[in-house]
Amino acid sequence: MNPSNKSGEASVFFITSEELLNWSRSSSLWPLTFGLACCAIEMMGAMASNYDLERFGIFPRPSPRQSDIMIVSGTVTYKMADRIRRLYEQMSEPRYVISMGSCANCGGPYWQHGYHVVKGVDKIIPVDVYVPGCPPRPEALIDGFLKLQEKIRAEHPLTGDKPTPAIPTPAEENKTA
Amino acid sequence: MTFTDIQALLEDQFGQIFQVSTQNPQPYLVVPTDRLVDVCQFLRDDNRLFFDLLACVTAIDNGPATATMDVIYNLTSIPYEQNLSLYVTVPRNQAGEPLPSVPSVTSIWRTADWHEREAFDLVGIRFEGHPDLRRILLPTDWVGHPLRTDYQEIDEYHGIRNQ
Repeated sequence: MNPSNKSGEASVFFITSEELLNWSRSSSLWPLTFGLACCAIEMMGAMASNYDLERFGIFPRPSPRQSDIMIVSGTVTYKMADRIRRLYEQMSEPRYVISMGSCANCGGPYWQHGYHVVKGVDKIIPVDVYVPGCPPRPEALIDGFLKLQEKIRAEHPLTGDKPTPAIPTPAEENKTA
Repeated sequence: MTFTDIQALLEDQFGQIFQVSTQNPQPYLVVPTDRLVDVCQFLRDDNRLFFDLLACVTAIDNGPATATMDVIYNLTSIPYEQNLSLYVTVPRNQAGEPLPSVPSVTSIWRTADWHEREAFDLVGIRFEGHPDLRRILLPTDWVGHPLRTDYQEIDEYHGIRNQ
């Protein structure tokens, strides 16, 4: 029995508490409202009526306190990096990050000569799903969300299987280099 | 009114102080740095010219070999539907020297405020008389002016490595 198979009649069903948590988390992924570049236009397109992200329970929130997921949609500049890290830290756990588009994934066209661009948002916050494209179409972003839902459904929130992802610090960055 | 007519008007007013370039599709006048504000004031106020819009201020670093920098003003006269480009050429500063100095035209066109801040931020031109010459695009603690030809990319900013 799955809570999605509701008949509408009053009934009782049994589910493990982890499955219930995962079902509720994956069915109400509320992203933080912010966009960084042209990818944000595709993200807005995905949220608007043609693609209608709300049918997946994905509904933008205006505050990091109410958000479950951050969509990094566009070019992350060094000036913005401090703000993104701050916003991520303000989100309550469990929190997830989708890196949308080439710029957020790795620097994109600014890889070589972008003096002002962070070469991948994973240098400042942990990323769960990378969506490729420049910019990705709304279908690609939706696919990213479906992949994230799969990932959440495989988690074990009560048995503590999922370690809290550490925010990369400069020291760790230098160690791996 | 053609470019030559504008040039004639300006030379009547200020004398033969302009270098003229008509090689490009868009001809331009090179104005001596110390006369820039007077010339701009005249271009805006004269009834025959009425350049009421400063469309763009930009700057070019010609490199350490040439050792000059250009500041370019693109003017538009909305009632007369015509455009004019002005150049100012200043010597490029060596390492350790103060930034090249150009008089600000913010007193003539308010829009010059942000345009000049951008040229200061990215190319490193000091606009004398500017009311608030701060960086406009880059963070306030940024070092250097990235659109200079000899700019070295930073290795790290706030603990984020560049490569």
